[in-house]
Amino acid sequence: MQQDAARLKVTREGDIVQVEFTSRKILDEGNIAEIGDQLSALVEAEHRPRLVISFAGVDHLSSAALGTLITINNKVKNRDGQLRLCNISPQIFEVFLITKLNTLFHIYPTIKEALESLRSGAQAGRLQ
Amino acid sequence: MRPVFARVVTGTLMKHLKLQAGPRGRRESREKTVGLWCSEEFPSQMAEGRRVEEKILSQCRKHAYGQRDLFALKLALEEAISNAIRHGNKSTPSKHVRVKYRITRERIDVMVEDEGSGFDPAVLPDPTADQNLQRACGRGVLLMRAYMNNVVFNSAGNSVMLTKFNESHSSGDAPISNTTVAFG
Repeated sequence: MQQDAARLKVTREGDIVQVEFTSRKILDEGNIAEIGDQLSALVEAEHRPRLVISFAGVDHLSSAALGTLITINNKVKNRDGQLRLCNISPQIFEVFLITKLNTLFHIYPTIKEALESLRSGAQAGRLQ
Repeated sequence: MRPVFARVVTGTLMKHLKLQAGPRGRRESREKTVGLWCSEEFPSQMAEGRRVEEKILSQCRKHAYGQRDLFALKLALEEAISNAIRHGNKSTPSKHVRVKYRITRERIDVMVEDEGSGFDPAVLPDPTADQNLQRACGRGVLLMRAYMNNVVFNSAGNSVMLTKFNESHSSGDAPISNTTVAFG
């Protein structure tokens, strides 16, 4: 099942929700608010959300985008769910390293590894 | 993954930042070597901020700044302008943000000033501390310092001067002081 929203491309595989950004730059304040609302709606629609967010094609972000991701992560945790991030370019991963958010988020190189970690519960291959 | 290193430069560059306007012919010849200061003033709206940001980045591209420099500049400009609009001017459209910048092949200096009462960057909580990692905000100054060669706030705390050297241009125009901090 696939559903295209303005800022997100959402795909379901079983009970796992996969999300990709349709904008290369998730930087814009307007974009961020909209993306945050859409991600929140996805999380709140699930009993125990299992969410994979892919950064494929994203070439920029700001601290506002990081703040939105943290808010989503907190919402997922509050619902006893799990969040995985993947396909983050080295340049953007550097932002996660500088802010030490690589220790907060579970980040995987590819969507395949992120999905495997959700299915198996293992953390092999997690980027730190 | 290998540790990533971000250069953080300290020291004051303010003495270098005074525009020395001379007779017209002299000014034009100086433009190539030291650049001229340009100024923009806009109401506290993010769309206006992005317009100025894009204008500055476009000029940097013309001065042969590389992709890595452009990423760093975009990030730092976004943080400085967003802070000025949201925290400084409280998003009040009647309040303005002033951006003054000078671009050469060697370096870019950008001053971002708001009409707010300012803040003291020295007392900002460390956003990388364990107890602050889940806070949704407070990373803008950290990112500016990590990606720029120099970040200087005025004493009132309502103006910040960002300096970035063009990494793809080796001119010997070295930073005044330089320390390296390891992350990860």
